[in-house]
Amino acid sequence: MSTFLGMPGVPVRGPAADTAVGHLTGDRPFPAAARDSLADTQLRRNLAHATSTIRAKRAAVVTEVPDWEALRDAGSAIKADTMARLPELLEQLEANVVARGGTVHWARDAAEANRIVTDLVRATGADEVVKVKSMATQEIGLNEALEAVGVTAHETDLAELIVQLGHDRPSHILVPAIHRGRAEIREIFALEMPGVDPSLTDEPAVLAAAARTHLRQVFLRARVAVSGANFGVAETGTLTVVESEGNGRMCLTLPETLITVMGIEKVVPSWRDLEVFLQLLPRSSTGERMNPYTSTWTGVTPGDGPQEFHLVLLDNGRTRALADDLGRTALHCIRCSACLNVCPVYERTGGHAYGSTYPGPIGAILTPLLTGLTGGDDPNDSLPYASTLCGACYDVCPVKINIPEILVQLRAEHTEAHADRHRLPTAEAAAMKAVAWSMADPARFARAGRAAALARHGIRRGKPLLPLPPPLNGWTASRDAPRPSAESFRDWWARTRGPSS
Amino acid sequence: MKVALFITCLGDVLFPEVGKATVAVLERLGHEVVFPRDQTCCGQMHTNTGYQHDAAGLVRHHVEVFERVLADGCEAVVAPSGSCVGSVRHQHAALARREGDEALAVRAEAVAARTFELSELLVDVLGVTDVGAAYPHRVTYHPTCHSLRLLGVGDRPLRLLRAVRGIDLVELPAADSCCGFGGTFSIKNADTSTAMLADKMSSVLATRAEVVTAGDASCLMHIGGGLSRLRTGVRPVHLAEILASTT
Amino acid sequence: MTAREEILSRIRGALGDTPSRPDVPRTHRQQGVHRPGTPELVRQLIDRLEDYRATVVRVAAEDDDAIGQAIADALTVRGIGQVVAPPGVPRAWTGRLADVVVDEASIDARTLDRIPAVVTGSVVAIAETGTIVLDGATVCGRRAITLVPDTHVCVVRAMHVVQTVPEGLQRVDPRRALTFVSGPSATSDIELDRVEGVHGPRTLIVVVAG
Repeated sequence: MSTFLGMPGVPVRGPAADTAVGHLTGDRPFPAAARDSLADTQLRRNLAHATSTIRAKRAAVVTEVPDWEALRDAGSAIKADTMARLPELLEQLEANVVARGGTVHWARDAAEANRIVTDLVRATGADEVVKVKSMATQEIGLNEALEAVGVTAHETDLAELIVQLGHDRPSHILVPAIHRGRAEIREIFALEMPGVDPSLTDEPAVLAAAARTHLRQVFLRARVAVSGANFGVAETGTLTVVESEGNGRMCLTLPETLITVMGIEKVVPSWRDLEVFLQLLPRSSTGERMNPYTSTWTGVTPGDGPQEFHLVLLDNGRTRALADDLGRTALHCIRCSACLNVCPVYERTGGHAYGSTYPGPIGAILTPLLTGLTGGDDPNDSLPYASTLCGACYDVCPVKINIPEILVQLRAEHTEAHADRHRLPTAEAAAMKAVAWSMADPARFARAGRAAALARHGIRRGKPLLPLPPPLNGWTASRDAPRPSAESFRDWWARTRGPSS
Repeated sequence: MKVALFITCLGDVLFPEVGKATVAVLERLGHEVVFPRDQTCCGQMHTNTGYQHDAAGLVRHHVEVFERVLADGCEAVVAPSGSCVGSVRHQHAALARREGDEALAVRAEAVAARTFELSELLVDVLGVTDVGAAYPHRVTYHPTCHSLRLLGVGDRPLRLLRAVRGIDLVELPAADSCCGFGGTFSIKNADTSTAMLADKMSSVLATRAEVVTAGDASCLMHIGGGLSRLRTGVRPVHLAEILASTT
Repeated sequence: MTAREEILSRIRGALGDTPSRPDVPRTHRQQGVHRPGTPELVRQLIDRLEDYRATVVRVAAEDDDAIGQAIADALTVRGIGQVVAPPGVPRAWTGRLADVVVDEASIDARTLDRIPAVVTGSVVAIAETGTIVLDGATVCGRRAITLVPDTHVCVVRAMHVVQTVPEGLQRVDPRRALTFVSGPSATSDIELDRVEGVHGPRTLIVVVAG
């Protein structure tokens, strides 16, 4: 078997990463988990409503920008350039953060990152932290790690609060509670929010006001905050959080200690690069021209905000993804979630079916790139197949990640990982090989076509006379089977036109 | 113009009427159609299901067959499928490169550059929108994902359809939403595929059309398979068949 | 090996010996068609701010007394008599208000929470996105004061209004703690419907002067 070019070590294939810590792997393959979501009528309705709302908003504000395509090109290239010189940029970021009074930590995996953060929190003596919504800390399961040492983590983003109070899991990158409707949210608040006015209505403004009242006292007393970061500027050591509600500002401003967990791929080379991403991100994610609040800080600012600042740089599989020269572009993701909102699969299954912190089209590539494709029964092995390859995700991606192309590539890496691990091919692999064999030769293909034509006698009114074996019965469960024609096109041509070409 | 027909494996075995219609339209417009009988399949199903090595042999075969006819006086290759042309144009060379065969990649690019989906060939290469068809039926058009997003055919199929005499062309709601076929997705993720199909069928039924058309027999097989299972009375008809019709 | 060494070594291994660096095209607009402070930009800024439910008060001249009058009018209507202001805010801006707390580091968040409004200036505003930038300068104040009170009155000088995001970023110093404000605090977390007013100031009053 020939080797793919430019893939040192083919690290995406092979044993799964240790994912016992964190939330990168679900407990079931996608098709099984999706079946449950598809049957959840409330979820289907909520998702259809929310995704169609945001799609229209995004389209409107993107059309408004005359140089949108130039911004996408710049964003894509800046990220590619960043990946190519990641070591020097991370060292530069570290040096600048340290020069401005911050401390930088490095974490190989989720367990190490959790240990660093819990140790830092315990050293302050605090028994609670306030958190800004952060994918990285969700990915590593930080809240559970803090809880294990007796520290309460308060999620302060409204959607994260809904998820936390509802003892639920996030299902979307931007709006973790997208699967919940207003009536459900009212119920969760009425049951779970301490001190809430029980007569609250399900008006979004009323629910938002209840969250404000509930969290205000927590913000005023919190001594430690934990955040993620949207961007870290190597040239200046500046960290950035892009948000809407002001909960981010509260966490970044009021406590004495700030701990930021940032994936190593979130670094950008220069301050000037933010002019691109601060245009691409809000319009792609919330469909706003600009999000209400963007905060930037560089180390410690004397007399303003936290006087102790820690930056934790997280690998947790990112270097594995980086080693795949096509898959590495998945690390360009700026977590806008535009691909989720346009994805016809996500729109119907929601995010829980993906099992990972990162759902939707980007999750279907990023998750297996982070954890590896085993070729065995790891649930993440099913993710590259959770797409029709319709291409809507690639069209909207602000940094032009070619998600369909990477999905196809990961499918190949998956079947090859399976072949590496097993002596016998799957029935599918054997069938594919047989079909490829017959198609490699026109005479064989013509004979196969005539054999298929005989199969037409086995189909009556769209249904096979004998039940088809799995997985082929997946077709006939909901669709009539096509009836092969009695005469193939090539036989018709030969009969009516004679041999040609 | 002398045009080589790439019938596609699905079109050859399951939907020969689509190929016959493609020939009829081009011949009616005064062009010569040749059918390279050595052709088999573009390899897309293999590629998209994760069997790139198996696909590579099919790609090589496809390139050899069609570069021969292109060298032999054919000016273009046409296929009545956005998806298969998409594979030729966007997957063949990349696949050859991944297999380490740069020479094949260059040859694949040359073939791809002269391979067109039917509506592209008619509108862009041959410069016609009125192909002299007549089709007195209520029709709605589903733009298939690969023709829309991989090839960017835009409104070419609609311009062709609008010029058909007697047609009652009605707009499909949420037209650019995927029908849920996705090749082997339709069996590997049959439940999700069916959920998408249900919504596509609702859109089709909402138009009260008697015919749903598209530029891909594969997506039509999926949509039509669902419509027929529910005995909706709506027929799938390929774009080529409407353009070939004169009654 | 330390985690730092190991991660850097993994990255180098993943990239191979000679990672190719792409050229970064920067063909996007570096500046708008309108010069900073032109009436077109002021109109656009106001349109964007109002679209996101900020209240905009227009003062024709960059006159501190007129600004002070506009601020007093806007707060009086809302029944607000007490404000906090950073030390760099001109006296004339707050001169007509009954109770002005000049900010100092010893004022803690709980105290700020009892003050209903804050008055500050700004360093630059971006018309296309309706964004105002605060940089912790003496006219903007430390970050907490524009966050905890429920009403923020922010003065934007017309000459500081630029058209595009790149122009805005070029005019600020990234080493300062910056806050980019585009309308009052908001959320889209419930059914992706936008609602104004969560944890930050629920009322944003922008006085555009000049």
